[in-house]
Amino acid sequence: MNFSEVFKLSSLLCKFSPDGKYLASCVQYRLVVRDANTLQICQLYTCLDQIQHIEWSADSLFILCALYKRGLVQVWSLEQPEWHCKIDEGSAGLVASCWSPDGRHILNTTEFHLRITVWSLCTKSVSYIKYPKACQQGITFTRDGRYLALAERRDCKDYVSILVCSDWQLLRHFDTDTQDLAGIEWAPNGCVLAAWDSCLEYKILLYSLDGRLLSTFCAYEWSLGIKSVAWSPSSQFLAVGSYDGKVRILNHVTWKMITEFGHPATINNPKIVVYKEAEKSPPLVLGRLAFPPPRAAAGPLSSTESEWRQRSHWDGHQALQCRLARRSSGNTASQGRAQGQALCAAAKFPPSPVFHEVASVPVSLQTLKPAADRANPRIGIGALAFSPDNCFLATRSDSVPTAVWIWDIQKLRLLAVLEQLSAVRCFQWDPRQARLAICTGGGKVYLWSPAGCVSVQVPGEGDFQVLSVCWHPSGDSLALLSKDHFCLCFLETEQGVGTAFGQRGDHT
Amino acid sequence: MGDWMTVTDPGLSSESKYISQYTSETKMSPSSLYSQQVLCSSIPLSKNVHSFFSAFCTEENIEQSISYLDQELTTFGFPSLYEESKGKETKRELNIVAVLNCMNELLVLQRKNLLAQENVETQNLKLGSDMDHLQNCYAKLKEQLETSRREMIGLQERDRQLQCKNRNLHQLLKNEKDEVQKLQNIIASRATQYNHDMKRKEREYNKLKERLHQLVMNKKDKKIAMEVLNYVGRADGKRGSWRTGKTEARNEDEMYKILLNDYEYRQKQILMENAELKKVLQQMKKEMISLLSPQKQKPRERADDSTGTVISDIEEDAGELSRESTWDLSCETVREQLTNSIRKQWRILKSHVEKLDNQVSKVHLEGFNDEDVISRQDHEQETEKLELEIQQCKEMIKTQQQLLQQQLATAGDDDTTSLLRDCYLLEEKERLKEEWSLFKEQKKNFEKERRSFTEAAIRLGLERKAFEEERASWLKQQFLNMTTFDHQNSENVKLFSAFSGSSDWDNPTVHSRPRQKKPHGAPSGSPVCTSKLTKSLPASPSTSDFCQTRSCVSEYSSISVLNTAPEESKPNQVGRECTNQKWSVASRPDSQEGCCSGCSSTHADAHIEKDDLP
Repeated sequence: MNFSEVFKLSSLLCKFSPDGKYLASCVQYRLVVRDANTLQICQLYTCLDQIQHIEWSADSLFILCALYKRGLVQVWSLEQPEWHCKIDEGSAGLVASCWSPDGRHILNTTEFHLRITVWSLCTKSVSYIKYPKACQQGITFTRDGRYLALAERRDCKDYVSILVCSDWQLLRHFDTDTQDLAGIEWAPNGCVLAAWDSCLEYKILLYSLDGRLLSTFCAYEWSLGIKSVAWSPSSQFLAVGSYDGKVRILNHVTWKMITEFGHPATINNPKIVVYKEAEKSPPLVLGRLAFPPPRAAAGPLSSTESEWRQRSHWDGHQALQCRLARRSSGNTASQGRAQGQALCAAAKFPPSPVFHEVASVPVSLQTLKPAADRANPRIGIGALAFSPDNCFLATRSDSVPTAVWIWDIQKLRLLAVLEQLSAVRCFQWDPRQARLAICTGGGKVYLWSPAGCVSVQVPGEGDFQVLSVCWHPSGDSLALLSKDHFCLCFLETEQGVGTAFGQRGDHT
Repeated sequence: MGDWMTVTDPGLSSESKYISQYTSETKMSPSSLYSQQVLCSSIPLSKNVHSFFSAFCTEENIEQSISYLDQELTTFGFPSLYEESKGKETKRELNIVAVLNCMNELLVLQRKNLLAQENVETQNLKLGSDMDHLQNCYAKLKEQLETSRREMIGLQERDRQLQCKNRNLHQLLKNEKDEVQKLQNIIASRATQYNHDMKRKEREYNKLKERLHQLVMNKKDKKIAMEVLNYVGRADGKRGSWRTGKTEARNEDEMYKILLNDYEYRQKQILMENAELKKVLQQMKKEMISLLSPQKQKPRERADDSTGTVISDIEEDAGELSRESTWDLSCETVREQLTNSIRKQWRILKSHVEKLDNQVSKVHLEGFNDEDVISRQDHEQETEKLELEIQQCKEMIKTQQQLLQQQLATAGDDDTTSLLRDCYLLEEKERLKEEWSLFKEQKKNFEKERRSFTEAAIRLGLERKAFEEERASWLKQQFLNMTTFDHQNSENVKLFSAFSGSSDWDNPTVHSRPRQKKPHGAPSGSPVCTSKLTKSLPASPSTSDFCQTRSCVSEYSSISVLNTAPEESKPNQVGRECTNQKWSVASRPDSQEGCCSGCSSTHADAHIEKDDLP
């Protein structure tokens, strides 16, 4: 595992282009586009004010920078640096801006959700969509980019409009049987739309593309309802996390519940692997292997390397091999212009390994007692995400903020629980494989894969508090974002591990 | 049980008497029974009789009393007291035999009566106590009855109270329910009100929004604009199309196409899944048939009609379903058949399995003890085997440890030598011991010899002294004789005195006896010497130290070689040291090893000595 130099960043705005070639990041009013591999600056754009939101167009040709305070959107082209576009929403204000999937239209939501303006970059045409609903997730595009589903509110009733993205024509318009629609989300296959009610009522509705109501699901009444929803990448499952601390999985054939996953505070099943972050690194576990004396194990590199294996569950395939060493300067020199800007080869302090221990059951997790008299209580399933191969589901219960639960979807049971020392800020699956990156706002980034679990201290002087993570589309690297810095973490691929091990002798 | 009363009241005894009388009277003829009973039953009368009886016979009325008794006795059925009169007028004679017989009989009767009376009395007693007991029982039961009645009353009271409570609780529940209902109503009304309010607010909000919209949008806001350098081409390279009805239709078409595709895809998946399930089902069915058919023959005789028909069905089905085409039929037609046949087979299988289960349980019950014993035996055997294995493993580990230690000690220098050494160590040791004793003996002999030598030397010295004195006297004489050789003689004297000093030459050898014996037993003594040397060093001996000492020794020896001239005792020692050094050089690696391996060193050294010996 190699770490790049630390770069400046503001408001956690750092995004890989969809094709994986570039990395855009913002520093105050400047937009910096770097090569995702060498991290050399490709383009530098200057906006009129502090950038509050950026988004790549789907074809990675344009970047949109939203300056909400000024009601402005500035668009930059990567191919033609001199090309620019500025959209001013004027006195109507701006609260949200996004690309349409074709990368040639920009959807701007005005203040108070008065309307959505669709600006085209190809023609002078401007379209308006009235009555958009101010809700959690009111706009959703299908994965193929053909359709847009939009939540609307007219005359105190919720509606959903389905528009064709190619010409912004209304395809379907139907009312939903909800008190207060909170969000809509297309299934990845683009044929089913899930719509759920606000937290006051547990209700999820499933609509076909042609507006037919396929099914309604209500787990219980008279209590706070849905908190989070996620489709599995295969569109087979819909996971619904709710305020009762459970995740319910619906199937795509009958739209009935297959199973529900509770999140108990104590784990009794010995089959479940519990990883607990240790306060300090435990003493080196070489005592057991004292005889015969290890030949090369005592090298300094092994201390910079952190790989922990579960005593019983490690299957020998070390899918997750991490090597903590800075990328050598020779590497960068061979890759391009040897500027100080590129990768940092200066030897800083080697990152100290952080061990997780495999706790033996029963394990009781730290639970937060929610304040009952406040709005938005810290209970329920706040986040959930399927792995790209559909096999795993990661969840976080807000009442147990330090833990990430990983469920095996094939066996429909709990597989592992990762308990960190501090509350989990964000977790994200590798877009290519079952590998989960977790950050807790501390100086470490945690990675889980079915083979095991690793935590890595981000190298660098001072604290690098990882507030968010962002995977490269190829899954080879990971951007770690802190409050005003970011750095890249390069993960070795399978063959990379082999070479790394071969080179180890040279390093030591 | 009540106490048995032993006290008898007089009334009771009189009663018993009466009874005895009564019983004796029963023997009388029935005709006279009544009058007798009347006569005897009245107690005062009997008393009269008693009193009368006391004065029954006097001198005067013997005759009368005899006749009376006779009469009485005859009426009681006894033979007459008088002899049979021969004549009419003759006075009847008293028959003594008859009287005695009568008396005897009366006495017997009396005894019998007494016995009977006793019996009756005891019986009476028994009955009395029985009665008491029963009375007690009665009292007790009565008491019980009373208590149970009281209890019942208490329970009834409690029941009543509980019912009361229950009623109250019911009332409370009802109240609570009402309350809940009320609250729910309140909630519902609040909710509706809230909703209503929300709606109102939202309407207001919408109105405001509308107004804002008008204000913001319809003002022809100059600011709302897009500045773009030049318009870019569409991503697909096509030109934008106009919105017409056609496009709408096309959109619809596309949408349905997408949906259709999705459904088709899903249908395909489902079909595939179905086919697979069918395959599994078929296989299961086949296996079931094959499993069930061979053992069909046997149970067929006792199988009742239903199973028989089922079996025939199965066979039919088997024939039918062997044709693959049936599986390709839609489910509609095949389903019924399939499910039915499967169900039937399942039933058969189930019954079969149950039967087997029963059999097994029976067998298990029967052969439980045997099995238990066997299992225990097995268990013991197994444990024995395992223990043996453990032993073996332990030994193995031990040997391995030893080997490893040796390996560690030699540090991979040459482990073969150590191995070899180890293998003929024991016998060598024996031999060495023998030789050691031999050496000791030799040493003793040497010592003896040396002692004799020294004695001889002393004697020689004495003799020499005597001779010298003799010589001196002789020289004196000569000197006195020829005074001219004065100077020469003085020199000679000096020389002789120096010579006489050499008589001391033997003494150091005596003093250094322990040292001197070493050259004699050089091979055996040399390890002792080395050990002494190493011991003299302050810290634990190491190879380097040893080497140092060795070099020291060699240096010392060379120095001593240089200094031989002044000290005569030295050469001997030097020679010894030299041999010592030679030896230590020859066995350097071994000694080194011996130093490191500690305990085994002595053995190794001993062995080395052995090697050097021949």
